[in-house]
Amino acid sequence: MDQMLKVPADLAALPTPDVAGEWKPFWDAAVAGRLLIQACPACGRRQFYPRAICTACGGEPEWLEASGRGSLYTFSVVRQNLVRPFKDMLPYVLAMVDLEEGVRMLTNVVGCDLGEVKIGMPLEVTFVRAKDGVHLPYWRPVQVSGRRGS
Amino acid sequence: MLKNRTPTVVGAALSDYPRAPHLSERQHHAQALTRALASAGLSIKDIDGYMAASMGAESAISLAEYLRIDHKVLGGVGIGGAIFEWMVQQASAQILAGQAETIAITYGSDLLTRSGRTLGTAGFYREGDTISTSVMFEAPYGSTIVGAYAMAARRHMHEFGTTPEQLAEIAVTCRAHAALNPNAMYRKPITVDDVLGSRLVADPLHVLDCCVISDGGGAVILTTAERARDLPVKPVYVLAAEGTQTHWNISEMPDFTIAPSAYCGPRAFAKAGLKPSDVDTIQLYDSFTITVLLMLEGLGFCRRGEGGPFAASGALRLGGAFPLNTDGGGLSACHSGMRGMHILVEAVRQLRGEAGVAQVPDARIALACGSGGFLSGHAAVILGTEAP
Repeated sequence: MDQMLKVPADLAALPTPDVAGEWKPFWDAAVAGRLLIQACPACGRRQFYPRAICTACGGEPEWLEASGRGSLYTFSVVRQNLVRPFKDMLPYVLAMVDLEEGVRMLTNVVGCDLGEVKIGMPLEVTFVRAKDGVHLPYWRPVQVSGRRGS
Repeated sequence: MLKNRTPTVVGAALSDYPRAPHLSERQHHAQALTRALASAGLSIKDIDGYMAASMGAESAISLAEYLRIDHKVLGGVGIGGAIFEWMVQQASAQILAGQAETIAITYGSDLLTRSGRTLGTAGFYREGDTISTSVMFEAPYGSTIVGAYAMAARRHMHEFGTTPEQLAEIAVTCRAHAALNPNAMYRKPITVDDVLGSRLVADPLHVLDCCVISDGGGAVILTTAERARDLPVKPVYVLAAEGTQTHWNISEMPDFTIAPSAYCGPRAFAKAGLKPSDVDTIQLYDSFTITVLLMLEGLGFCRRGEGGPFAASGALRLGGAFPLNTDGGGLSACHSGMRGMHILVEAVRQLRGEAGVAQVPDARIALACGSGGFLSGHAAVILGTEAP
């Protein structure tokens, strides 16, 4: 039987980022539903996770808003995790998403049946509010236009 | 006349495994060092350089105090399970440069006794943690060690058609070799069907695609070829030791089908003046079956993408071209968290002709390749029975 992939029921139990430090701009943007990556004004290199230095040329990268669209690079169906809240949401899909902008990020695929998850499938970002107002990016299948915003 | 300073392994030993509730982490270090010194015919006062790593809290500097080693060089940075191959690289350079004469490298872990079987699926963060390092971009999504390697396995299957059956052959091979090791944690032979029928931990990896969790430590002692001549042991020469790190967190792995051994492996062979077909036995860090498969490709034992058929060809069995993990490996014998020490010791045992019923006949060249983190850092050590 297929299983619907969801974010954890107990979002307060998630390990979450310290949003006050170096990565505050990323987490501030996430609250507004914007996904930030970085681009280097000197060499054009795009990178994620964000850093204070361009890993291609050593320059100072700037923030760049990503389109929020990508495709599934690889994944695993995790069936054992001893830590809450993950142990209560098994199985879940641990995934790497290739963003249109050429960077990659780790996430969970949600919002579809487990059996629908395939490498190469188009995905879009969706933000979920966790503890302390932190907004976490998750990825889901691209919504068909008829269903979007309904 | 110039002395021959070729770095030479003269001592190699393990502490008790797979279950050793009578030993603390410190005691694993100490017991392994005592045994390695005995196997080299050396005293602790001959040691003038020291490197160490542990799974728990014991650092090189606290252990150097515990052991009262008077060291000219000291090392011990965290690079995960491949640390000991990196240490051989550093120790070799330091011996060649005359910084030290005789360097001990030790490892100790009471992982099973202290933490039970939680490492792979309850790794690095707890419920409700607030995370301030770059792991914050992974931790909210339940990234586990097994899940990370599973994503590499899935991508390899997608790109090259590698099958779960082919990965399972690696586990079956290690179990067959563990059957020859009285200390191995699991010795009963298994089949490919047993692996595929075992519980999925993180699809496509089954529980039998994953290493065991044990206690255990070890020690190796390196000195100069000149000094080794005075010792009552068969010398094992370091022909090359090369490491590469491509990332730390799994999400930063540049290509999930190319392991760091693809970079350090060719460098190691070039430095040794050898090629993969010259190697008599391979001791590869088998945290998971996929770790071995990616290393076989990276080190050049088969071509990229062909690791699956190669693993299933029988080449990795005793009697095959490249007998793998002749002690049973991490998949069946023991894995106390950083198995890089155990693969070095097994390579030395083979070259000394001390491997008993698992002995590879006339073994002259052995390769040990460690893996740390999440396929993050690999380091290959090529050892030989003849001085370069």
